[in-house]
Amino acid sequence: MAEIREVFFQECEEQLGELESGLLRMEGGKKDAETVNAVFRAVHSIKGGAGIFALDGLVRFAHVFETSLDAIRSGKMQAEPHVMALLLRAADVLMDLVRAARKGEAVAETRTQDLVAEFSALAADGGAKPAAAKAAPPPAPPVPQVRKRTWIIRLTPKAALYAKANETALLLRELLRLGEAEVEIDTSQLPTLADLDPEGAYLTWTVTLTTDRDASAVREVFEFVEDDCELEVFERPDFNFFGMDAPERQAEAIEAVPATVKAEEVHVQHDVETAASPHPVDVMAAQAEVSSSVSATIRVDLDRVDRMIDLVGELVITEAMLNQRVLEAGLARTSAVAMALEELEALTREIQDSVMAIRAQPVRSVFQRMPRLVRELAIQTSKQVRLIMEGEGTEVDKTVIERISDPLTHMIRNAIDHGLESPAARLAAGKPAEGLVRLTALHRSGRIVIEVADDGAGINRPVVRAKAIERGLVGPDAQLTDDEIDNLIFLPGFSTAATISDISGRGVGMDVVRRSVQAMGGRISIASRPGQGSTFTLSLPLTLAVLDGMVVKTSEQTLIIPLGAVLETLRPNTADIYPLDNRSSVLALRGGYVPIVDVAEVLEFGQRSSVPDQSVALLVESEGGSRAILLVDEIQGQRQVVIKSIEANYRAVYGIAAATVMGDGHVALILDVDAIVSVTRDSARTDLSRSNLQVF
Amino acid sequence: MDVSSANSEIRELIAFRVGRQEFSINIMSVREIRGWTSATMLPKAPRYIRGVINLRGAVLPIIDFAVRLGLPATEPTARNVIIVVQIQQKQIGLLVDAVSDILTLNSNKIQPTPDIASDTVSSFLRGLIPVDGRMISLIALDNVLPADSAAVV
Repeated sequence: MAEIREVFFQECEEQLGELESGLLRMEGGKKDAETVNAVFRAVHSIKGGAGIFALDGLVRFAHVFETSLDAIRSGKMQAEPHVMALLLRAADVLMDLVRAARKGEAVAETRTQDLVAEFSALAADGGAKPAAAKAAPPPAPPVPQVRKRTWIIRLTPKAALYAKANETALLLRELLRLGEAEVEIDTSQLPTLADLDPEGAYLTWTVTLTTDRDASAVREVFEFVEDDCELEVFERPDFNFFGMDAPERQAEAIEAVPATVKAEEVHVQHDVETAASPHPVDVMAAQAEVSSSVSATIRVDLDRVDRMIDLVGELVITEAMLNQRVLEAGLARTSAVAMALEELEALTREIQDSVMAIRAQPVRSVFQRMPRLVRELAIQTSKQVRLIMEGEGTEVDKTVIERISDPLTHMIRNAIDHGLESPAARLAAGKPAEGLVRLTALHRSGRIVIEVADDGAGINRPVVRAKAIERGLVGPDAQLTDDEIDNLIFLPGFSTAATISDISGRGVGMDVVRRSVQAMGGRISIASRPGQGSTFTLSLPLTLAVLDGMVVKTSEQTLIIPLGAVLETLRPNTADIYPLDNRSSVLALRGGYVPIVDVAEVLEFGQRSSVPDQSVALLVESEGGSRAILLVDEIQGQRQVVIKSIEANYRAVYGIAAATVMGDGHVALILDVDAIVSVTRDSARTDLSRSNLQVF
Repeated sequence: MDVSSANSEIRELIAFRVGRQEFSINIMSVREIRGWTSATMLPKAPRYIRGVINLRGAVLPIIDFAVRLGLPATEPTARNVIIVVQIQQKQIGLLVDAVSDILTLNSNKIQPTPDIASDTVSSFLRGLIPVDGRMISLIALDNVLPADSAAVV
């Protein structure tokens, strides 16, 4: 049961996502039947599931919510802006209710009651129009249908139902909650013990249920299993209760026809509801429901996918090993073995890509949390904010998705709290009172780029500079370009107590954002124009599992340098190397000077075998944009490597981002270019790191 | 690894040699024993960290147990072995000279460590076991990795 419950809550999360994105589309003016339906369906599914788990509070609230949505769906209520605002708040509350239910907590009734009251008021409003009178939603609890009816439910589970860990007894027990019932079992299909398939399904149950609920309530019990069983639900024909209201009776006669497909049920129901004046929206609604029920996706345990990723990683390594052995054996490139190996290599790559694609997910799952954040922040800061999201369908590896949520949240907080001005200030500056925050995702050259742009005041450079000097981050007479000043906000210690506001200053600054972004091999940059706003750009690898790297050797150690960081490789002339002091030196490069870092020295690998002018220099750029020359002994080539964590079994290692396994089975370390490049800066700035880093 | 709690409980230990000394660890924490393969050096690591090796795709840190005890570093040959042990969530490899014995004994045979050992050693020594005239030290693995192993450098 706990498992089913977990699945239910997982599905709830998805439905909540659907709900929110649908509502936002509606708010954006897209009020077509399909969108309204998607929203309705989301709430409806949550309600249905919650019913099974007897989450009464959730069911009650979802019901009120659903009723209003239904009114909109059937055109009895218009999705005016104030209605949309209410619906969005209701979605937030629904989300809280679901989460609380998941944790088994109670939610303050007042919040739901307030909203329920607002819904009732809204419905009463609509009730002024005679046509909509019937659609007026009832206050909190659903109005019970007084009339008892008797339903015959015939359930024949297929083997698949049991295979998915469903249990007929639980379904029946659920059914019994709806009213009084008699259950009969038909064992005629049961084979003899010799022929019995232990995992087969042979039984048919017939339930005679007397209840005040309608057919859909009965079917809801079977909502999660309807694909895996034969289900017939119809009203007992001989049940006499005529004379209540004739047209409805007649309509129910249609309903009484055994319906095995849910879509049919929808048709029928709508026919009933709109028998008097058919509404075009309803017809479309029914169609929309039919089309969406055909879905070709499966739910897979993430562990299985991860296991597969690991195995494919192993495959890549083994393939590389084999390749090396063949090379060592001196076989000709045209030999059958070499050719077959080439094929294997191509196949391996393809498998790797396909497996990665399985884990790829649209960034929507993260993006859709943002509208709520923006709404809440707007209220807290008394600013008017409009959030525009683009490229939610952009796909990226699940591991990346999981880790961009926090930085993104922080960036949006920052944009609203620090970026956007108050409505008054905006009007004074000749801008519309409503501030704009634009969240965009797109693929660019093998990476995913996420931008958070606001049209606020931009970075106040004099203030930032003054604060950085005050905090001792830069010297009072430092000559800084605009770009450098903007980047000061990423420095640790820039965001401190004086700037803490409720929202963005929770003790973490942009330096934390930058660090977490860099930790996954990403970079963050800022572009700001005074009076016109700032744009934070986040560039991340599509996956954290593989990396294109340059294989280098220095001081007998093989290292991988992420290819993305390497701008160019060169062989330096001794004449171009200028020592600054006895420790550091710079290389003259096209009129500029770039600090030189000897990788072996920084990592304490011991003296390098080659002298500077025989070594190879790599011009690298860190995430922060600072450049350095890395000196190594030789470059061995480029290859795609599978990233392995060192921290899993050890701890973070200075100057090393991760490790990989090479073709010969040995571990090679992947260089943390940022840490290495920052050596040049740190040693210039603090004495502490100098003593740590120098090994003369 | 908890020795004190149960006084007469049957324990199974794996004994190994480092230099002329013998040590033992709880058999339940041993995942596998494998031959020595050269390790990749880690920058700025403590001296007793030999480096990392590839254990079927996972990166396994190797601790030179001799250095950890303050003895001269092992010069590993093909005859040395790596005992792969599980310490909480982490797997690490212990570089030792050889596995010498598997002991099954009653835990009341474990004698307390005398109060003369150095701080480093006594931090993971849990007791002494006399076996056939030899002395085998019982090691608690929890403190074999440096205490700051969770901290980011």
